[in-house]
Order: sequence, then structure tokens, then C-alpha cells
Amino acid sequence: MSRTRSLFLVVGLLCSTLAFARVEVHEFDTPEQEARYSKLIKELRCLVCQNQNIADSNAELAVDLRRKTYEMVRQDKSEDEITGYMVERYGKFVQYDPPLDLETVLLWSGPFLILLIGVTLLIRTIQRRRSNPTVTVDADRLKAAAALLETERDTRKS
Amino acid sequence: MTRAAIPLAIFLALAGLFWYVLGKMNEGEYNPRDVPTQFIGRPAPPFSLPDLFDPTRQVTSAEMAGRVWLLNVWGTWCPECWKEHEYLLHLAKNENVPIIGIDWRDDANEAKAMLARLGNPFHRLGFDAHSNAAIDWGVYGAPETFLIDAEGVVREKHTGALTPQVWNSKFKPYFANGGAS
Repeated sequence: MSRTRSLFLVVGLLCSTLAFARVEVHEFDTPEQEARYSKLIKELRCLVCQNQNIADSNAELAVDLRRKTYEMVRQDKSEDEITGYMVERYGKFVQYDPPLDLETVLLWSGPFLILLIGVTLLIRTIQRRRSNPTVTVDADRLKAAAALLETERDTRKS
Repeated sequence: MTRAAIPLAIFLALAGLFWYVLGKMNEGEYNPRDVPTQFIGRPAPPFSLPDLFDPTRQVTSAEMAGRVWLLNVWGTWCPECWKEHEYLLHLAKNENVPIIGIDWRDDANEAKAMLARLGNPFHRLGFDAHSNAAIDWGVYGAPETFLIDAEGVVREKHTGALTPQVWNSKFKPYFANGGAS
């Protein structure tokens, strides 16, 4: 491969990441507003992709939700007001860090419940094993097994 | 029952569960990605959007006050919307259901072309290029269909294509009480 071609390759690879970087230029009145905006878009869920926040998602709805968030931040709405606006429309599902209440209690306690079930089963199994540790072996079958091993050794030798 | 039968029993139970759930998904009665709407029993959020056919005019929710109506959010980019289009036409023509459409994040010309070719089921049709009304209504996918009663309260919502089963079980009862007139 010639030197120019490898140079092209390197430059091309460098450009590929640039092409993916999306730039949304936003202007804020204060640095505090900007911080509020970037915090909010990380905490709001994209309803289309569902496992991404709206900061990471390129879904069209996420773009519009970011714009909506931006507009509300520029109107100097507080974090709670903006989250409240979204929850009122999309439910608590829109929050990546939903509050602990009656509706979300299973969500928060579920992993611990499953852990509890697992530990209980484990303890019970160990206890059961401990209570009958003696393994009864039929004397006849033990003899048969020994004979089998014996014949195997013989055949290998020959 | 011997111990060996336990895994088989678990397998059969799971297979039965999956079969049941997938069946419900095929019928459009269950959608695992569904985000339940927050609007059932709450007053419908007002909207005012430019008319798709005449952007100088506005389509508003206020003009439907006192009637039972459907709000259908759709776009030509959404395959399910093409699927339900014929059924919407049937509802509008044969069952006299007033349907207000919101053409969401769409290309206006493509939307007009589609309606010219397949027919237009919409009583009025707003054009929402930037999700202004869509976000206000908590819309996250298309198609989504809302039912709003004569008092302006949202009574039902369905995500995904409208089918006769869904219509009959969820929406039709509201029109049977003479609400459509």
C-alpha cells in the first residue's frame, strides 16, 4: 500500500467520528441554566428508544423533547417544573430516577426481593445437604464398578 | 410427581405464558412498549395547529367542544398508520365518527399526496411539524388515537393501529349513546 493511500485511510477514519457528532448549539442566559438543561436531558427518558435518555437518543421525538426542555429552561422554569411537565404528560416512566412511592415500590424493591428469594433457596439447599450427608452405596454395585475398572486397566496394559 | 418433571412443568408454564402474551400482541391488545397515557379522565390539552391544506387557518380542539370525537396522531412515515387508514375511512364514512387528525413530524406534500390517493378520513387536519401538540398530548409513537367526550375530557386512548376489535371494545360504546350527533 502506498503512503498516500494509508494517509487517506487515516484521515478518513478521523473524519468518520466527526460525521457522527451531532451538534446542537444552544445559548443560555446563565451557566446555571446550561447546567440545568444538561442535567435534565440526562434524566429524561426517550419514549421511543426507552433505554436511552433524551441526551443520548437521536430519535426525532428526543430531538423535540430536548428542544422543549431547552425552551422551558430559557423561560427560567425550575427543574421540578420541567420534570413535572413531562411526568404530567408521559408519566413517571419518563424519569430515569423515579421517586419511591406506592406506584414504584415494586420497581425499587424488586431486585432485593429476588435476592432474598435466591438466598433463602440457597440456605435451604445447603441445610438439606447437611442433614443427610451419608451417601448409601449398594455393596454389590460397588464391587461391579471395581471389576469394571480392573478390566479397563488390563486392556490398556495389553 | 417426580423431581425430573419440574423443569418440564416450568418449561410448559413459560411456553404457555409466551404463547398467550404474543397472541395478545398480535391482536393489538397488548403492547409491551406502551406508556400508559396520563390523560384518561383529565381535560384534553388544548391545541391550535395550522391546517395541513390551508396553513393560514388553524385547527383547534375548541371547535370540537360539545361533541364526542377522535384525535388521531399519524404521519406518512409510520407503517402502522397506512395499515389503519382504511379503517379510519370506514369509521368516518360509515359510522359518522368525527376524526381530527394531527399530521405529526411529516412532509406536508407527502401527506397531501397520500390522502389524495387513498381518501381523507379527517374532519379537520392539523400539521404539527415540531411536536408542539404531540408533546402536549404525551404522544410518543404513531399512530395514537384519543377519544374526547362532549365535556372535553379524554376517555380512551389507543397506541397502534385501530382495529375493529379495539374499536368495538374501547371506543364504540361512547358513540352508541348518541354522542356522535
